[in-house]
Amino acid sequence: MLQTDEYTINIGPQHPSTHGGLHAEALMDGEIVKDVAVHLGYVHRSVEKIAESRTYTQFIPYAARLDYLASNLPCLGYVQAVEKLLGVEVPERAEYIRVILGELSRIAAHMLFVGSLAIDLGATTGLVYCLRDRERIMNLFEMTSGQRLIAAYMRIGGVSADLPEGFITAVEGVISDLPKMVKEYDGLITGNEILQARCRGIGILKPELAVAYGVTGPNLRASGVPYDLRKADPYGIYSRFDFDLPLGSRGDCLDRLTVRLEEIEQSGRISAQAVKDIPEGEIMGKVPKVIKPAQGREVYHRIESAKGELGFYLLSDGSEKPARLHVRAPSFINLMVLPHISRGGKLQDIIANIATLDPVLGEADR
Amino acid sequence: MEKLDHGRETPWTKLAEDAGIEFTAVSDPFFTYLSVSPAALHALMGILKQRLGMNYLADITAVDHGSEFEVVYHLYAIPDNGRRLAIKTRIAREAAVLESAFPLYPTADWQEREIYDLMGISFSNHPNLARVLLPDDFKGHPLRKDYRKEGG
Amino acid sequence: MERLILDIAHLLVSWLTGRGMAPVWADLLLLLLQWGTVLAIVTLNVLILIWLERKVSGFIQERLGPNRLGPFGVFQTIADTLKLLTKEDIIPTQTDRWIFKTAPMFFIIVAVMLYAVIPMGQDMAIVDLSAGLLFFISVGALSTICILMAGWGSNNKWSLLGAMRSVAQMISYEIPLAFSLLGVVMITGTLNLGEIVKAQDKVWFFVLQPLAFLTYFIAATAELNRGPFDMPEAEQELTAGAYTEYTGMRWALFFLAEYTNLVAVSALMATVFFGGWQGPLLPSWIWIIIKTYLIMLVFMWLKWTFPRIRMDHLMSFSWKVLIPISLINIVITGIGIKFIQGMGW
Repeated sequence: MLQTDEYTINIGPQHPSTHGGLHAEALMDGEIVKDVAVHLGYVHRSVEKIAESRTYTQFIPYAARLDYLASNLPCLGYVQAVEKLLGVEVPERAEYIRVILGELSRIAAHMLFVGSLAIDLGATTGLVYCLRDRERIMNLFEMTSGQRLIAAYMRIGGVSADLPEGFITAVEGVISDLPKMVKEYDGLITGNEILQARCRGIGILKPELAVAYGVTGPNLRASGVPYDLRKADPYGIYSRFDFDLPLGSRGDCLDRLTVRLEEIEQSGRISAQAVKDIPEGEIMGKVPKVIKPAQGREVYHRIESAKGELGFYLLSDGSEKPARLHVRAPSFINLMVLPHISRGGKLQDIIANIATLDPVLGEADR
Repeated sequence: MEKLDHGRETPWTKLAEDAGIEFTAVSDPFFTYLSVSPAALHALMGILKQRLGMNYLADITAVDHGSEFEVVYHLYAIPDNGRRLAIKTRIAREAAVLESAFPLYPTADWQEREIYDLMGISFSNHPNLARVLLPDDFKGHPLRKDYRKEGG
Repeated sequence: MERLILDIAHLLVSWLTGRGMAPVWADLLLLLLQWGTVLAIVTLNVLILIWLERKVSGFIQERLGPNRLGPFGVFQTIADTLKLLTKEDIIPTQTDRWIFKTAPMFFIIVAVMLYAVIPMGQDMAIVDLSAGLLFFISVGALSTICILMAGWGSNNKWSLLGAMRSVAQMISYEIPLAFSLLGVVMITGTLNLGEIVKAQDKVWFFVLQPLAFLTYFIAATAELNRGPFDMPEAEQELTAGAYTEYTGMRWALFFLAEYTNLVAVSALMATVFFGGWQGPLLPSWIWIIIKTYLIMLVFMWLKWTFPRIRMDHLMSFSWKVLIPISLINIVITGIGIKFIQGMGW
């Protein structure tokens, strides 16, 4: 008999498929994965410490750099947390603008997810198709704030500027094309036999495990747990919108893909309703010139970001800077299950698992 | 926020009193904060999880209050049953050790590692208490208020 | 036109012998010249192919592809080659130096050797071997060893993993590749590629042997390490597999060899299944170029559309699907031949 040895192999931090600086150390037996250890921190920028020396308003661009693939969502979460701390009312129009931009961000993030899954599995063209469509959404962001990727468009009490002329028609154009885009992804990516063979039954995340490890967002819903903060704990004006929660049944990589594809369409539905109902009016609420929440006030505010539950814990010491800011980053928490779903699989499955867990390392490492 | 149940007659009050756990409850429009001693923390969380189905530990974070650290746990339920609580506990700066929530909530794994890493609070019974964001040979705990800063 | 190249060759030989050179030396010189031509064609072809691959992928992905250097960016590859030539040649300290250095050279040598037997036109094979097909298959299999050398010599886990995958894959796909060609050999009764082409003057074997063609096509994609079977490289998984540690021109040699292989295998496919150099109107050597390029376009189309297959799926696909199919094809072909002989057609 040949004697075989186990060996470790380092996937990352410099690796084409780790979505930034993720380092997964895999213990392998040939091509079979025995265990995975995840090492983080390669994109650590000490955002929480920085927040303690910035005013509440100054932190908004830092929030945008957390989940830089859907930058409007972390900004939204942060400004809503501060608004809770201050007790500020946000005007109707601003709320609607926030919903439209938030959902567009979600669509953009999911499109990038689909594309990056495709390229991680070797289908280069899938990525380009998704990027092509995502580009249209980036153009919409550029219309609102001049920034395409990391738009710090949200403000405490509203948004920084009113929607430009032609924005609503442009959004409607993108939304009406969404089903066509998703159909194209279905044909090129989801419908591909090889992709299905590589995703079906791979990286199964059991609902019990997912809940125990605090996995949220599309990853949790792919495991069949109907939990979405937009429905479970509606923030902003989300209770006004009508949309469905796409659910998976197996909790494997394919479910995580299809759930996101369906979410693209559901987000399109929400944006369509918001675009239809958006009222005229103010875009900024009455916010004090210097933002100084009362001493000792604290708040934990959570929103459904593209990756899951994005929470902001804020504690005020009465000054214009927060005494403590903590970000509950969904990418960070979701990555915890990577070893559990990768064990016993093949090396190539780790790549599919990382891609479908969809971590953004800027957010995971903060 | 109408889902919230702030009254003294809420089920957790009774359950906690039955178990002999001392706590003080403070409510604001968004949360009810239970302050407990570090020793009673684990028992309280056990009750909340097993008896009230609060199976989702959303977030753990720690705050530096000078001579003391405050650790805050935010608890919810999946699927949502309207219950939400924040548990707070304070420990002395010199003896910053707390019992790990990992046996009850596996999601505490990395979150406690993060607190250990950045705030320097140790957790007993944690399966792998190592730094998670900073390199292993890093000195100090940056989120402490007395951590030396350079520049801004 | 048809005999243009042959006439030049004959003219050259007769001119040389006329000036008092022994015929042996003249033939040898001609052979060297032929090899030189092959090398030139190969290099030129690769330059065109890389440009073409970029343009095709650009077309598939709705972008332009290279468009800055020269008309339609045709000089882009030349610029890239110059860049690669000027790059620092890094040899990591822990490598097995000789193996590491020689692997790319062997790879390109093996790839060029394949051209010896391919008839590039009527009577235009460099060496008209009677066992040409066998030569092609055996030499083609040698490239496995070069990839293994690269992977082993690099002393890198990713490289070794890529090399191991490559060996497993090549050995598994060698078998259906050879079996699928057996059907054609059974019909023609020869291994000589020129004879095989001549046997297709009425009907292409692509029509007579559809199963064999399909198996050959899939197995050839795997042999070429091209997507969706690009296991040894597998950029998104193994960083660059067996080629991870290579830089500059050494890496470019692998690249060159892969494209050389691509041309050779496509040319063989054209020869065996699509009537080789046979075709109306145009000279034979133009026909084979047209057919080879059309086949290569299909290879490119595949690569830019499909995701990469998983290693264990790849192996089971070969052993459980392709080999049985190719065996069935041999049986069917045998029965067919006996039947036709029995009927006295």
